Order: sequence, then C-alpha cells, then structure tokens
Amino acid sequence: MKYLDEFSDPVLAKRLFDDIRAVTTRPWSLMEVCGGQTHSIIRHGIDQLLPEEIQLIHGPGCPVCVTPLEIIDKALEIASRPDVIFCSFGDMLRVPGSGRDLFKVKSEGADVRVVYSPLDALKIAQENPDRQVVFFGIGFETTAPPNAMTVYQAKKLGIPNFSLLVSHVRVPPAIDAIMNSPDCRVQAFLAAGHVCTVMGTTEYPELAERHRVPIIVTGFEPLDILEGIRRAVIQLEAGEHTVENAYPRAVQPEGSPAARAMLSDVFEVTDRAWRGIGMIPVSGWRLSPKYREFDAEHRFSVTGIETEESTVCRSGEVLQGLIKPHECAAFGKECTPRNPLGATMVSSEGACAAYYLYRRLETPDKEASSVG
Amino acid sequence: MCLAVPGRVLEIEERDATRMAKVDFGGVVKDVCLEYVPDMKVGDYAIVHVGFALQRLDEESAKQTLELFENLGVLEEEFGDAWGKAARDAGAERPAGTGLPPLKGAEKEARS
Ligand code: SF4
Repeated sequence: MKYLDEFSDPVLAKRLFDDIRAVTTRPWSLMEVCGGQTHSIIRHGIDQLLPEEIQLIHGPGCPVCVTPLEIIDKALEIASRPDVIFCSFGDMLRVPGSGRDLFKVKSEGADVRVVYSPLDALKIAQENPDRQVVFFGIGFETTAPPNAMTVYQAKKLGIPNFSLLVSHVRVPPAIDAIMNSPDCRVQAFLAAGHVCTVMGTTEYPELAERHRVPIIVTGFEPLDILEGIRRAVIQLEAGEHTVENAYPRAVQPEGSPAARAMLSDVFEVTDRAWRGIGMIPVSGWRLSPKYREFDAEHRFSVTGIETEESTVCRSGEVLQGLIKPHECAAFGKECTPRNPLGATMVSSEGACAAYYLYRRLETPDKEASSVG
Repeated sequence: MCLAVPGRVLEIEERDATRMAKVDFGGVVKDVCLEYVPDMKVGDYAIVHVGFALQRLDEESAKQTLELFENLGVLEEEFGDAWGKAARDAGAERPAGTGLPPLKGAEKEARS
C-alpha cells in the first residue's frame, strides 16, 4: 500500500487530496491520456488514495503501444534486409509483431541499432554511405518534431541513404474518438503535458465545447497529477467544461511555434490505425509530398504483409479505458513482460506493464489505503 | 520514450549550420539540438526529448522532475543499456554486436 510520504512534498500532497475530497460530492471518471502519467499514478498509488467516487481511467497515450501491427511487421521486414541498418529507440525492441520482434531479428543477424536521437541515425547514414539507414519514426506530437527536423536535415545535407519509417500519431483526434465511442465513460481529460509543450492548447477548446468535457493540461509529477484532478473535479461539480493549463511551467498556449512550423512543412495529416483500437480519422502524420523520397515505405515497397494479432490480448480495451489490465484473463499468466502478448505489457508507459510492475493484481482497495 | 527529460546546457556550438549543445541530465551528457528553442544559453535548463530541446524550464522544476524520473526508471530507459534490458526481459542472450559485456572474438569480427 502506498503512503503519502512517498510524495516529493507530502504536506502539499495531503492538502491536494483533502481539497479533492472536499469538492467531490458524486462519482466522476477522469482519463489521464498519457502513459507516463499512468505510470506515475500507479507507482505512487494515487488512484488508491483518491476518494472512492473518483475513477481514473488509463488512456491510449503510449506511442509504443499504439503503433499498428502492420507497421511493426514492415519494420521487421525492412530490418531483415542485408543492405539495411535499422535504427530505433530502445523501447521498440520487444514490441511483438506477427510472431517476432526487433530483438529476435537482431539475434538472427540483422543490423538493428538502438539510438538515443533520430540525429544519431542520420549520423550513421553519413558514416555508411553504401548502406540504407532506416529510422523507426514513431511517437506522438512530442517525438514528431525531432523526427521532422531529421528528415529536413537529411534533405538539406543531401543524405540519400537515410529514410524514415513513419507512424506518428496525434492526441486530439484520439480524444475525439474516445468521446464518440458509445461505451465511453470518460467525463474529463488530463491532457498530456509534453504533447502540449509542442502543440500548445489551441486544439482543445473546440473538443471541450463539442463534447462538453473539461480538459486539463497536466504534467507527470504526482503533485501535477493531483492538481489536474482537483481542477477537473471542480469543473465537473460546477457543470463546466473548459480547457485549463495546470502545467504552465512547461506549456505555453501556443506551444513551440518553431516545432509546429517544422511539423507542418515535413508532415501532412493522415488517417492512422492505432494498434488495438483501429482506424482513427486524421489521427496521424505521414511525410508530405516534398519529403516523400525519405519515406521508407515508399523506398522499400514492403507489401503483402499478413498481420497476425494475438487472439487473447485485450490491449485495445485497455487503451480505451474500457477495462483495467488485471481484468484481462492473460494478465500475469500467459502475458508477462518476459512473454508479452501485447505492446501494453512491453512499454514501461503501457498500462499492463505498470500494473504488472507494481503488482496491481486486484481492484484497488481504497479502504486499506492510508491518507494522512 | 514519450516523456521529455530536463537537462542543463553545458556548452553550445554550431554544427552543419545547426545549433547544438552538450546537455547534462543528472550526470549523463548528450548532444542536443537547440533549433526549437534557439535562445537557450549555457546554464539554462530545457525539457529535452530524443535529443531535441522542446521548451525552457526553471531550475527547480527541472531538478524535481529529474529526481522523479530517476525514481520511475525513466532515465535508465532513456539513456541506459537497451539491449541489456531487452535481453533480460526476454530471458535471452544479448545479440551479437550490441556492445557490453566484453565481446568475444567472433563478435568482435562481426562488429568490425
Ligand atoms: S495483459 Fe497482456 S494480453 Fe492482456 S491486455 Fe495486457 S498486453 Fe494484452
């Protein structure tokens, strides 16, 4: 069981918990969009320390988890080619494709390399002019600008052997899709702070208005999350639905204009399938025609991929907040971090992994928690 | 990988007509592109994601966040030994050519 003294400022944490308790008169369901927030919530037991009326629903905000199986399979196919150096962030290594993953492909002899930054992949391309260097460009609005800049540089510096396998996703259309679902239980959103660092808050007022849902831009630290929850509950109790920025030290309303300008130069909006969830209109980016020559899918024409998704895994429902990880029959049994059936068990931002890591096997027992 | 980690700018230089910096993340130093936050100066803190500064941050928040990320294991994930972790998670051998532990003869050849 978690205790308040695990918070960086236990006194302030207690005050926030007390405030939330004081304003809560009815049950409310809030979704934290970002997987980093989910991790922080479970690690600190915030969901167990909150008043019983408040349900936190974990959202789809883990880019590793939502990258479609077809793209993973394409990555595996491209990475297997002898003339290719395939570069990726480390957390993609064990995401299961149809039957294998990048780790396995590497073990079989492919040249797969883990990089810290897409610029490292560009450097590898400069150093290996006789090989094709492909970077696996996944991620939300936070990761898209670095990848966009790398493609821009590749073009500017004339590096012909570099390409991007791109599967970027955008958060606001996902929020829209979640609200449009007939099973939706979400009454307020804690929006992902780092996404807003880039994009600002301008996309949200229209969503908040149309779905009559409060949206609070929230950071990752436990106190940030508590403040986000406090503001969401105050709005819900008052019947309001506005956009608030509870993470002003990192988020400006206009985001990062330089990054946004680069995004709209290098990418164009496209429909995108989310793993476990399905197609969400206008929810992704692909390279714009000006940069199409750097598109790995275009360059390698990977076709005829037959995907095979686990029939057991319910990660789509986990990602939409329809079930909690431990409600999946495979959780902790057939499915563990060692033998993951779904990406939500692989990525540390995945809800299944967070529940597994912190041994959250049952429904939270709020009575047993200790506040104050 | 979606989280951005705060770091402190140690030095700044132009490279390939791009503004780059050495940034310290609580002991780990990495090359970081400053093009999205061009007015960063030495000593400033920024939120950095996959080698790009995305927004300026005040020192106190930066330090708090670094501490939290350390506890959450985010720093290990961001800067640590990804192949070693993947091998541990898979309960498998580290694939040849992925660095540590010290390479055996055959692996050395495979890598060179
Ligand atoms: S526990 Fe495993 S099988 Fe179940 S939803 Fe999560 S990732 Fe899928």
